[in-house]
Amino acid sequence: MKNFIYIFIMAAVTYLIRVLPMTIFKKPIKSRFVQSFLYYVPYVTIAVMTFPAIIHATQSPISGGIALCVGIIAALLGAGLFPVAVICCAVVFAVEFFI
Amino acid sequence: MKYSLKEKENRSVLRQGIIDGIPIGLGYFAVAFSLGVAARSEGVTPLQGFIASLLCNTSTGEHAVFTLMGINAAFIEVALVTLIANARYLLMSFAMSQRTDPKTSLLHRMGMSFFITDEIFGISVARQGYLNPLYTYGAALVAAPCWATGTALGIIAGSALPLRVVSALGVALYGMFIAIIIPPAKKDKIVLLMVLLSFGASYAASVLPVVRDISEGTRTIILTVVLSAAAALIFPKKTEGEGKK
Repeated sequence: MKNFIYIFIMAAVTYLIRVLPMTIFKKPIKSRFVQSFLYYVPYVTIAVMTFPAIIHATQSPISGGIALCVGIIAALLGAGLFPVAVICCAVVFAVEFFI
Repeated sequence: MKYSLKEKENRSVLRQGIIDGIPIGLGYFAVAFSLGVAARSEGVTPLQGFIASLLCNTSTGEHAVFTLMGINAAFIEVALVTLIANARYLLMSFAMSQRTDPKTSLLHRMGMSFFITDEIFGISVARQGYLNPLYTYGAALVAAPCWATGTALGIIAGSALPLRVVSALGVALYGMFIAIIIPPAKKDKIVLLMVLLSFGASYAASVLPVVRDISEGTRTIILTVVLSAAAALIFPKKTEGEGKK
């Protein structure tokens, strides 16, 4: 039962963090710095989360590394989100047969 | 049956969200599964794991709190740990708010906020123009149930699923990330530079003494703020108004 109270506290705090800026700062910000900052945020966050995490997500860093390279090539060639994701999974699955 | 242009657009946006939510869901399932395996050893039941994941959608926060459950921590500690582990969502919520049409209703803002995860935020704000709430909902529609069931199954099944399958599913998420950042990097050389710098800085932060002991979520937010602020100072965007590109 106590665990449910923990879960409730976690859920409440987490939602407050997520909902407050979204509902309070509704007006567009004119500052060029803030606009530029927010333009770069998603790319930087995603890049930071991708590497080196991808090589730790697999059983061997080699398969993760190869998946990263193949994924980049596929994306450069114009493959979308889902195809690239599937290609990366397939690469890991295949590579881990050999190592 | 006739649909207005707006309805037609909404349907296609929702569908796009659902499709883009699939790789996120696969990745979530794998991550949630391993989260569940860890939660099991802290005495968390499958129902508790399911509810926690359904309500919270946060790997870092949940992992931290499941650990606290195991040691019977104080409630205030749970609140503080959640706050620290999830602080980055403040920044994301702020960024998302700027990308949302000021005319978007409060209810939609509250709804979208619930699904601000690293990944759903990432794919949402990577879209052009104002954000359609239906895109976020579409992605969440697939991803959120995967997250919750993955956690519960991880607790139930423990290590029954072959490691190789979990390993392969685990990269779906990163594959999707790659597909989000590479096309803009191809078009905008500064984005390319930032992506490479981020890879390097993130790697450095994971191996350097002291820095590597900071939790992954906190490292992500620090690197994001520092690198994005530096980029904004050195390479400010010329656009005005609501604008990204």
